[in-house]
Amino acid sequence: MSNGDFVRQLPGAADYFSRPSSLATRLHVDVILLFLLLLLVVIGLVVLYSGSGQSIGEVKRQAIHFLVALVLMVCIAQVDPNVIKRWAPWIYFFGLLGLVAVLIAGTDAKGAQRWLKIPGIGLRIQPSEFMKLAVPMMVAWYLSDRSLPPGFKHIAGALLILLPPAALIAVQPDLGTSILIASSGIFVLLFSGLGWRWIAGFAGSVAAFAPVMWFFVMHDYQKQRVITLLDPAQDPLGAGWNIIQSKIAIGSGGVEGKGWLAGTQSHLDFLPESHTDFIIAVLAEEFGYLGIGGILLLYLLIILRGMVIAVRGQDTFARLLAGSYVMTFFVYVFVNMGMVSGILPVVGVPLPLVSYGGTSVLTLMVSFGILMSIHSHRKMLSQY
Amino acid sequence: MASREFKDHFREQRIFFSRAVLAVSMVFILLGIIAARYYYLQINQHEIFDTLSDQNRMQLQPVTPTRGLIYDRNGVLLADNQPTFALTLVKEWVDNMEQTIAQLGQWVDVSEQDIESFYKRLQQRRRPYESVTLKTRLTEDEIARIAVHRHLVKGVQVEAELIRQYPLGEDFAHMLGYVGRINEEELQLVDPANYSGTQYYGKLGVEGHYESLLHGTAGFQTIESDARGRILRVLDRDPPTPGADLTLHIDSSLQQVAVQALGDRKGSVVVIDPTSGGILTMVSTPSFDPNLFVTGIDRKTYKALQNSKAIPLFDRSLRGQYPPGSTIKPIIGLAGLDQGFVTPEHKVWDPGFYQLKNSSHKYRDWKRTGHGWMNLKQSIAQSCDVYFYDLGYRMGVDHMHDYMARFGFGQLIAHDIDRAKSGLLPSREWKRAFRSASWYPGDSINMSIGQGFMLATPLQLAAATVVLANRGKWVQPRLLKAINEVDIVVESKPDDVTVNEEWYWDAVINAMEEVMHGPRGTARKSAAGTSYRIAGKTGTAQVIAIKQGEEYDADAIAEEHRDHGLFIGFAPIVDPKLALAVVVENGGGGSSAAAPVARQLFDAYLLDSILTESTEDIPNRQAGL
Repeated sequence: MSNGDFVRQLPGAADYFSRPSSLATRLHVDVILLFLLLLLVVIGLVVLYSGSGQSIGEVKRQAIHFLVALVLMVCIAQVDPNVIKRWAPWIYFFGLLGLVAVLIAGTDAKGAQRWLKIPGIGLRIQPSEFMKLAVPMMVAWYLSDRSLPPGFKHIAGALLILLPPAALIAVQPDLGTSILIASSGIFVLLFSGLGWRWIAGFAGSVAAFAPVMWFFVMHDYQKQRVITLLDPAQDPLGAGWNIIQSKIAIGSGGVEGKGWLAGTQSHLDFLPESHTDFIIAVLAEEFGYLGIGGILLLYLLIILRGMVIAVRGQDTFARLLAGSYVMTFFVYVFVNMGMVSGILPVVGVPLPLVSYGGTSVLTLMVSFGILMSIHSHRKMLSQY
Repeated sequence: MASREFKDHFREQRIFFSRAVLAVSMVFILLGIIAARYYYLQINQHEIFDTLSDQNRMQLQPVTPTRGLIYDRNGVLLADNQPTFALTLVKEWVDNMEQTIAQLGQWVDVSEQDIESFYKRLQQRRRPYESVTLKTRLTEDEIARIAVHRHLVKGVQVEAELIRQYPLGEDFAHMLGYVGRINEEELQLVDPANYSGTQYYGKLGVEGHYESLLHGTAGFQTIESDARGRILRVLDRDPPTPGADLTLHIDSSLQQVAVQALGDRKGSVVVIDPTSGGILTMVSTPSFDPNLFVTGIDRKTYKALQNSKAIPLFDRSLRGQYPPGSTIKPIIGLAGLDQGFVTPEHKVWDPGFYQLKNSSHKYRDWKRTGHGWMNLKQSIAQSCDVYFYDLGYRMGVDHMHDYMARFGFGQLIAHDIDRAKSGLLPSREWKRAFRSASWYPGDSINMSIGQGFMLATPLQLAAATVVLANRGKWVQPRLLKAINEVDIVVESKPDDVTVNEEWYWDAVINAMEEVMHGPRGTARKSAAGTSYRIAGKTGTAQVIAIKQGEEYDADAIAEEHRDHGLFIGFAPIVDPKLALAVVVENGGGGSSAAAPVARQLFDAYLLDSILTESTEDIPNRQAGL
């Protein structure tokens, strides 16, 4: 039997082996995902130029963020998922140490301790951002070797993994990130086949826990955000200003928008944070509903492609990790666009790959690098 | 790996697949909600938000009109607008107001009061991002210092503004009034839209009376501004109508002659053109500098003005109420003739006092030795009191009240003057109502020489003199001559004074001429050497009553108790060109204190104007007679 005959017997193998080994394949890059991401990045830079008040400097800096992040993404894509899996506990514990260090020696930024300054080299790192990657990794590592769907013992184990970082971030205080990180861990649980009774139970206890959060955990400014969501007009010049102005920006855009660089809300400074968290309002104002439809479609395509990669994952660890990253990406999009349009409270969640900011770009691109690694390191013959 | 549990890889894959399908469905639903939300905002609610967006950036702003200027009859500028620079702050831009003001204090002289009134105005109505003035009239040095240090403080601006200025200062303060910062009560009186950008308001005098004319109509502009209120461009503009320029009848050089003639004495001069009723001069001394009030007078200066014994803030020409004294004798004499109580030939014996039958009270003549036999002409010329005691007693209060009222006493007679007092013209009814007593014959005797209850303002005296000069023809005193150089016409006026025989006027006016030019006239010294003929009457108003049998000794009594000197008169007798009233407070007698002031005014006006006045005025005047 020739080698070729043997190969032909495996489903999909002919396709796999007959494809020429292109540059993308050799670089472990998923061309579809890369194309969609680059498209998003270009759109993001165009909108950023307008949202930043036509600051070419800001666009340049963001472009450099993207370049660095792209390089990092390609580097990460070279790493075999099994290596990532092996390192997951160490990454997790390293991140946890970082969070403890932030609590002890962190630097202030807007009233919350999120940054850790590394003396000597002047580098500032944000362990909570790091944990966005590490927590799903650790939970996936933990669950991938258990028998699934997980029983009580393993659910408790998974929760024990995600609780310490969530708690440490919540006391920084950064409730938004804390919830995002907790939910990224929970996504892993959900993808691992968490029973419906458990899901119902969780939902019930979250609902029961909400009043406790309100009265004992949430800071005044966090409560204010929720109140503002419910009634922005009660403080039109204070907390409600952002949401009122962003709704005006979105609504005044209409179908076709006011045109690039012609949005009065953002260019006359009525719209706050127009280059960071509220940048979608700039897009809505200048490109109208067509622009919103376009960007929603683009996000949807990225999510779908991510899900395809997750489903095709080599093993449970890869699938769980990829699924969780894709859903976290979706949560970013949903929460940001929801809060800017006034259906969710204003929490500091950027619009992924469009809002200005290096840290979130880096984190997101690394997660896409891991996705590409998962997609490109499938070994057809191993493990089964 | 750590665990060696049983793993069903295909089952795990199936579970994951079904969960992924679920997740993708969830993604579709939630992104669908987002799409629906944006659809609702951008398409369903587009109109509303589009309007809100325009309202955000476009603002209707008032454009303050330039205040009208005020000129005298010869085009001399009395009230001007001077460009100045003011230091203003925009509250929304200032991080720490107290700190900013403290810092500005290092470069600019900011007083406690500036700061206090700044905070007060900050509380008042204002639009967002409207600047509030901290200090006006910056000096060049201060502007330079602010320019250098401006980057250190946020929200600080130097703005150009027009500030009212009175170039001739205190000589015209009472007549012109002044503008000051508009207050909340004044805002209640005006159209808020028209005054939405106005900072100043005419408080008194001409500025107050003609506020609406001088102010003009505010314009409006639609501007596009950013969230910080910075104006980016003007989209639409409806220009303001500037306030009207006013020309007054005032002759500023004559006014200054009057001020100089009064000198440092307290008093008042009102000069009226008998043809037009135009007030040529209206002076009250001492006065104050109206420029101090425009941007807010400091408390110390204001207190000093308020507490001054000479009450410089008090406008004597309108609000000073004096017993007219003998100045009313020509009118009483006219009433006596018209009512048949006297004839020009009628004579009264003056032994130096007058006594009613059955009474021991002696009504004294100012001349203790008496004037002897006196007719009407002599009585006016020498100001014989006894003649008028007799006439007043016989004529009674009703006739005197009637004639005095026809000459404007006890009433507000000016056309465009606010805040004038009406004086007091007593009558039987008045005494019953306000003094709860009936009218005694003695009251009539006092009234006949302008003493007792009767009070008149210098303006009223001058107006009555105009009627005498015009032989009964009334012209209302007025200040405004022209609006934007177009002469105005005032129709309404009090009824003319008519008498049964026209020569009664000649009798009275001849007697007044005798006062000035007669050998025994009380004011003959003041008329010596004139090239024109004056008709006049002196008066002396007692400030304190002299007890029976006592002598008035000017040197022995305190200055504020000395007599007021009064004078009324007009000249020339044929075609009178000016009629006036002079009051010198505590100046002694009318002939020594008031008449010389009048002479200076007659000279200044007639000797100059005879030379300079154009001939076209003269036929007009004759036509008017």
